[in-house]
Amino acid sequence: MTTTAQQDAPRVRTRRRRSSDRGVNRAFRITATGAGALILAVLAAVAIFLVIEAWPSISAGSETLAESISWFPEDANLLTFVGPLVFGTLLGSALAMLIAVPLAIGIALFISHYAPRRMAQALGYVIDLLAAIPSVVYGLWGAIVVTPVVQPVWEWLSSTLGWIPLFAGPAANPARVMLTVAVVLAVMILPIITAVSREVFLQTPRLHEEAALALGATRWEMIRTAVLPFARSGIISASMLGLGRALGETMAVLMILSPGAMYSFAVLQAGQQQTIAANIAAQYPEASGLGVSTLIATGLALFVITMAVNMAARAIVARRKDFSGAN
Amino acid sequence: MAQRIDVKDLNIFYSDFLAVEDVSMAIEPKSVTAFIGPSGCGKSTFLRTLNRMHEVIPGARVEGTVAMEGVDLYGDDVDPVAVRRQVGMVFQRPNPFPTMSIEENVLAGVRLVNKKISKSDAADLVEESLRHANLWEEVKDRLAKPGSGLSGGQQQRLCIARAIAVRPQVLLMDEPCSALDPISTLAIEDLITELKQDYTICIVTHNMQQAARVSDRTGFFNIAGTGKPGKLIEMDDTGVMFSSPSEQATEDYISGRFG
Ligand SMILES: Nc1ncnc2c1ncn2[C@@H]1O[C@H](COP(=O)(O)OP(=O)(O)OP(=O)(O)O)[C@@H](O)[C@H]1O
Ligand SMILES: [Mg+2]
Repeated sequence: MTTTAQQDAPRVRTRRRRSSDRGVNRAFRITATGAGALILAVLAAVAIFLVIEAWPSISAGSETLAESISWFPEDANLLTFVGPLVFGTLLGSALAMLIAVPLAIGIALFISHYAPRRMAQALGYVIDLLAAIPSVVYGLWGAIVVTPVVQPVWEWLSSTLGWIPLFAGPAANPARVMLTVAVVLAVMILPIITAVSREVFLQTPRLHEEAALALGATRWEMIRTAVLPFARSGIISASMLGLGRALGETMAVLMILSPGAMYSFAVLQAGQQQTIAANIAAQYPEASGLGVSTLIATGLALFVITMAVNMAARAIVARRKDFSGAN
Repeated sequence: MAQRIDVKDLNIFYSDFLAVEDVSMAIEPKSVTAFIGPSGCGKSTFLRTLNRMHEVIPGARVEGTVAMEGVDLYGDDVDPVAVRRQVGMVFQRPNPFPTMSIEENVLAGVRLVNKKISKSDAADLVEESLRHANLWEEVKDRLAKPGSGLSGGQQQRLCIARAIAVRPQVLLMDEPCSALDPISTLAIEDLITELKQDYTICIVTHNMQQAARVSDRTGFFNIAGTGKPGKLIEMDDTGVMFSSPSEQATEDYISGRFG
């Protein structure tokens, strides 16, 4: 009798613990799956909304568009209208990334591996604060402070490097041009890229850093052999977050850029390019009916670009998964 | 290749904490020197001062001299990076670079010194180092695969190959077998015995049999209590240390009557 009781007692106890564990597991699984599904659902809803709302414009002929929308360019169709906007959006964001990513990596490395502890903390704090500044403020700062400051620099750029199409002169005065926008965008996306990169750099296993140092690596060589390869996918993710913000940024572009509708690489000249987001913000107040639908069609284009960019980044990260250090 | 090391009156600090006190010893070239002692007595700390890896930790510093062939490693004009190129290190946990292939791992240190090593030289060096580390046969068909895909024992031998590929004068090993199974352990012990023909080797181990098997000389470190500094109690030929040590503490530790 006693033996049976002794044998039974632990079995009952384990069974009870298991079943409550299972309950927690299940609750967790449902919550996680639910959250994932919710994100997908929201994404799908946005996509469907965009397609439905854009449909009148997509299905309308170019004459109808030109007739019923006051700001729609003559002898254009939807594609030739969206094209330059897509181009301008990509150009501005690409330039911003070109400026911001190396700078952000440099700052993040300085904070994580070079600066004395106290200074690193202060610097990290300042960078995080930059992320909290609203984009209208960046826009104002860009229009009032940056534009006049960079004007002579752009002037100099166009006169010395004017043979490169990007810097073709004459540089506009005031410098309400794409390069100025790119500089302000770069400052805006710098904090997020820096903050995420810094976290990733700090997570480099000590083991690997010491392996490099023990082989006789200098600090920079250690960073090159151990830190940067380890952080590669993290840097890409960080950059994508920044790129997402740059692609969709509205106010700063609207307040700085003198818009145009050309496939133009001349980033020092005014009235050349425009971005999708800024164009929507500029036209929306006076748009109605087909005009709104056309703007939403451009929004759909932006949505597609953002998705495509993210997937490309995913693919880059996945391609060298074996070597990622995750295993 | 191998060089002798003379340690004199070495005190090792972590900020204000004196971790190891007053160590003096001679490490003979082309021999294996084992360091044994209870956990926390400063074996790793001491070993890391032999290639200035100690300095990587913020606040860590030393007093005294560590002289390699008469040159103080802590002299004013000595570059720690140069020291580490001459004194290689193998860590307790295998740490191949996860983003590199097996081949790149072996070459990692070499590429720091010699950026323009030719393809054929590199291939030769990879084969030579891997053969030396008893790993060649197992990996020769997958040199381009990631090093992190190997078993723990293979990874540790890869780390040894990486360390000897730069042809150091001295090789330091901090419990190199503690994460390994008995067979991999024996493979690495054989390897150590082989390597001592060319290198001066220092090994930290918790395994008495291992110390007895592979080392020529053994140093016993001990600690009087928590917060007290570790000290070198006794150092002698391994045979003497394991049969008739002159200190009671050594005998207690070796025979398992410690604490
Ligand atoms: N990074 C560090 N900062 C401060 N103190 C440290 C640090 N590393 C080690 N110590 C201290 O130095 C002393 C010696 O540590 P050490 O790691 O050298 O011991 P050990 O003999 O290698 O022990 P084990 O056999 O467990 O590896 C311990 O008291 C430890 O707490
Ligand atoms: Mg240790």
